[in-house]
Amino acid sequence: MLRRLLNRLISPFDPWLTALVVILLSFTAIVMMSASPERMQAQLTNTCIGLGIMWIMANIPPQRLQALAVPLYVLGVVLLLGVEFFGEVSKGAQRWLDLKVVRLQPSELFKIAMPLMLAWYFQQREGALKVLDFVVATVLLGVPVGLIVIQPDLGTAILVLSAGFFVIFFAGLSWRLIVPAVVMGVAIIVAVVTYQDQICADGVQWPGLRDYQKHRICTLLDPTTDPLGKGFHTIQSTIAIGSGGLVGKGWKQGTQAQLEFIPERHTDFIFAVISEEWGLIGDLGLMTVLLLIIFRGLVIAAGAHNVFSRLLAGALSLSFFVYAFVNIGMVSGVLPVVGVPLPLVSYGGTALVTLCLGIGVLMSIARHRSTNQS
Amino acid sequence: MEFKPPEQEISRFRTRVLWASVFVLVCFGLLVSRLYWLQVTRHDYYSTRAEDNRISLVPIVPNRGLIVDRNGVVLARNYSAYTLELTPSRIPNLDHTIDELAKLIDIQQKDRKRFKKLMEESRTFESLPLRNRLSDEEVARFIAQRFRFPGVDIKARLFRQYPEGELASHLLGYIGRINDREKKAIEDDETRAPNYRGTEHIGKSGLEQSYEEMLHGTTGFEQIEVDAGGRAVRSLSRTPPVPGDKLVLTVDSKLQKIAEDAFGSRRGALVAIEPGSGGVLALVSKPTFDPNLFVDGIDSQSWDALNTSLDHPLLQRAIYSSYPPGSTFKPFMALAALETGKRTAQQAISDPGYFWFAGHQFRDDKKGGHGSVDMVKSIVVSCDTYYYQLANDMGIDLIASFMGELGFGARTGIDINGESTGVLPSPAWKKRRFKTREMQKWYAGETISIGIGQGYNSYTMLQMAHAIATIAADGVMYKPHLVQYVQSSRDDKRRLIEPQPVKRLGYTTEHLATIKRAMVEVNKWGTGARAFANAGYTSAGKTGTAQVFSLKGADYKSHAVGERLRDHALFIAFAPAEDPKIALAVLVENGGFGAESAAPIARQVLDYYLLGKLPQGAAPEQPGAE
Repeated sequence: MLRRLLNRLISPFDPWLTALVVILLSFTAIVMMSASPERMQAQLTNTCIGLGIMWIMANIPPQRLQALAVPLYVLGVVLLLGVEFFGEVSKGAQRWLDLKVVRLQPSELFKIAMPLMLAWYFQQREGALKVLDFVVATVLLGVPVGLIVIQPDLGTAILVLSAGFFVIFFAGLSWRLIVPAVVMGVAIIVAVVTYQDQICADGVQWPGLRDYQKHRICTLLDPTTDPLGKGFHTIQSTIAIGSGGLVGKGWKQGTQAQLEFIPERHTDFIFAVISEEWGLIGDLGLMTVLLLIIFRGLVIAAGAHNVFSRLLAGALSLSFFVYAFVNIGMVSGVLPVVGVPLPLVSYGGTALVTLCLGIGVLMSIARHRSTNQS
Repeated sequence: MEFKPPEQEISRFRTRVLWASVFVLVCFGLLVSRLYWLQVTRHDYYSTRAEDNRISLVPIVPNRGLIVDRNGVVLARNYSAYTLELTPSRIPNLDHTIDELAKLIDIQQKDRKRFKKLMEESRTFESLPLRNRLSDEEVARFIAQRFRFPGVDIKARLFRQYPEGELASHLLGYIGRINDREKKAIEDDETRAPNYRGTEHIGKSGLEQSYEEMLHGTTGFEQIEVDAGGRAVRSLSRTPPVPGDKLVLTVDSKLQKIAEDAFGSRRGALVAIEPGSGGVLALVSKPTFDPNLFVDGIDSQSWDALNTSLDHPLLQRAIYSSYPPGSTFKPFMALAALETGKRTAQQAISDPGYFWFAGHQFRDDKKGGHGSVDMVKSIVVSCDTYYYQLANDMGIDLIASFMGELGFGARTGIDINGESTGVLPSPAWKKRRFKTREMQKWYAGETISIGIGQGYNSYTMLQMAHAIATIAADGVMYKPHLVQYVQSSRDDKRRLIEPQPVKRLGYTTEHLATIKRAMVEVNKWGTGARAFANAGYTSAGKTGTAQVFSLKGADYKSHAVGERLRDHALFIAFAPAEDPKIALAVLVENGGFGAESAAPIARQVLDYYLLGKLPQGAAPEQPGAE
């Protein structure tokens, strides 16, 4: 009886993912005790909620999720429009929708709703994909991303955009479109770096971006131009990482972190704390765990038995990768400072719940791979 | 629904997963290489940066050394007082805050002005004093309201204080806030710069300036770990400051006081020296000023008062101003005559009351002359004619070289700044001094006036006292100094400034005896007799009168000329004559005859120094009083 109950509880969990997530969350707890001990309680609560949601999602068969794709997407777009017109301004950006009971951040919803919607769309077109389908998918992706960009929330926009793009990529977008796009992207970056002085000059407006976004990118190009402003984050976090060395200064011994030189050290910049206190060894260990989670997700995707599950699993795995890559990239000073948390490590309930939800979905796909409905 | 075989679709998907995996690995590889570069390649650099970030050195300013007189009387000390300090960067509306503070604490317009000035010179995160020396009541009132004033603090600070006020201010000097020029000089000096971090005051004049290095001490440092906001987290280490050394002066502050008081409201200077050591017993410049005014930055009202006064209280008359020595020059001339063999003590002249030279008449004080005058009599009655002739016989070069040996016309090297050289006239000097060839020429007639201490002669009272002290010490010359020894605050050891004779002039004892005897007689029955009547010791002296304004061909009537055009009165002396313990030079500006105003001052000083006798009318010493 007890054994059956226990089995019922544990069986939805994918053993590989579960083991990796537990390792990562334990490490997070240890790091959080150093970075921000007063937030331990809240972080543990968040972790429990996250694990609970992961378990629930792991129990929901993928075909049920399919049914949620369109309603979630439509609801999300409506909420984003609501934010645009009635949103609450916080830190100069409209991101929150005050529903009296809960303050909602609809852009967060799209991190799941976006790949869900596109996976559903490609599932509908299975086997008869035309170029037009990719155009439609791009429009479906572009609407919410555009709305998120104008909030503005660059970090979430990047995550939603990449999650959607990965679905399209896995659906079979021609390399003839991907390669030129990548080349163009690289060319733009090279051009920006080359002409940074001109385009970063005061008064130069960048199409589609707010001043502060322009400033962030310009600061990345040359952090020293604003050592006490935006550049301060990057300078201080690279000092923290660099001073950590090979083996780190030891747990709770990071002077940069403990003396509050690292801004947002418990959220977006927690990687700097890890690097300072655990060194390159710690970083490599952490990145190995993150990499294994991504690869496990990709393995699940490769083994999934219908288009929807494959695309969703692949996109969710790569989203997880984008979180990790963008976060570590910005903290170590190779990417602009955009608000992307380190997955399952940064403090904050919303991101943790979203990521656990995604991993729960992966677990569900892994578990239900044999029940191919198509 | 299926148009393509799922296997083909699946294999294409798996190829993409493979590409995605490669992409993920490449991206992570980039991050790892970046981390490797930061953490391994550049580790040392970033470690240093992190250390710089977290450790802040906070200087601990040492207590300034005390200055005490030869008997241990404190002349400069430090005391702790509360100051109201504002950190401008932490105060959003400064004027409003000061207005609100003014309701609790007495803040004057001059305080505001001074604060504004400090603000311009300082960085905004520094805490700057608005009001110094708060009363206990003001401190209490502020503390009760403290919550209303973020960025405002009350701090205990050490202040320099000169407890004797105006006494000896010219020799003590004063300290003041370091100005831009001084700041730059300190910052350019690699050894001084770190020691002056945090120091706000520096010696500006007198001993405070010349012994600045010893008085300042060694700044301590506290290593404090700070966070990014600059807040102190904890102290890592503390190197305590070493307080400045104590200066023990040769000056006798009571003697100094008696001398200063003896001048009354008259202007002048007095220098008293211990002949056997060169130690300065008193160094007076009147009028004087209160150095306490300068400590926190003098307010403009007091500054204007000091600067515009006709009496020039800031002028250091004892070492900076130079005056013609008048007849006080005669004993030195007489010694020169003996030493150079131009005269013997017994050789006498017949004084008709004037000396003719190249169709020009050099007059004597006394109409009809002094009759037969030998060397001793020439000093006692101050016979001009004797010295006109002597100067003419000696010639300017001989006079200049002899007087130069005695220290005339050169800085004595006393241990405070601001000494002037005075003028020892000679053809070489005149060549340097004047531009036109006509002016540069030395005329034989000019030598005549030099003989009686007039003409181009001009010496400081320090040089006069130094010269007479050298005579009193039988030609053994010491460097005048104000500091007897420096007492180290570190180990209490005395760094003795052992008086070493600068040179031995090797005068013939017999010649010296003649001069001394003549000077003793001056005080017995000559021009100094009235001032030294009934003295309980044998004193030697010589009066002098220095012309300020020459009224050619007219009788000199002091009351007829403006007070400030009257002659300066001089007096030089030493005592006891048989074993001199003190030698001095006094000058009273526009004091008329030396015998009238200068000699009585010398008498009071000698009476106190040799007999402990207070001048008549002086308040008896209060037991226990400093």
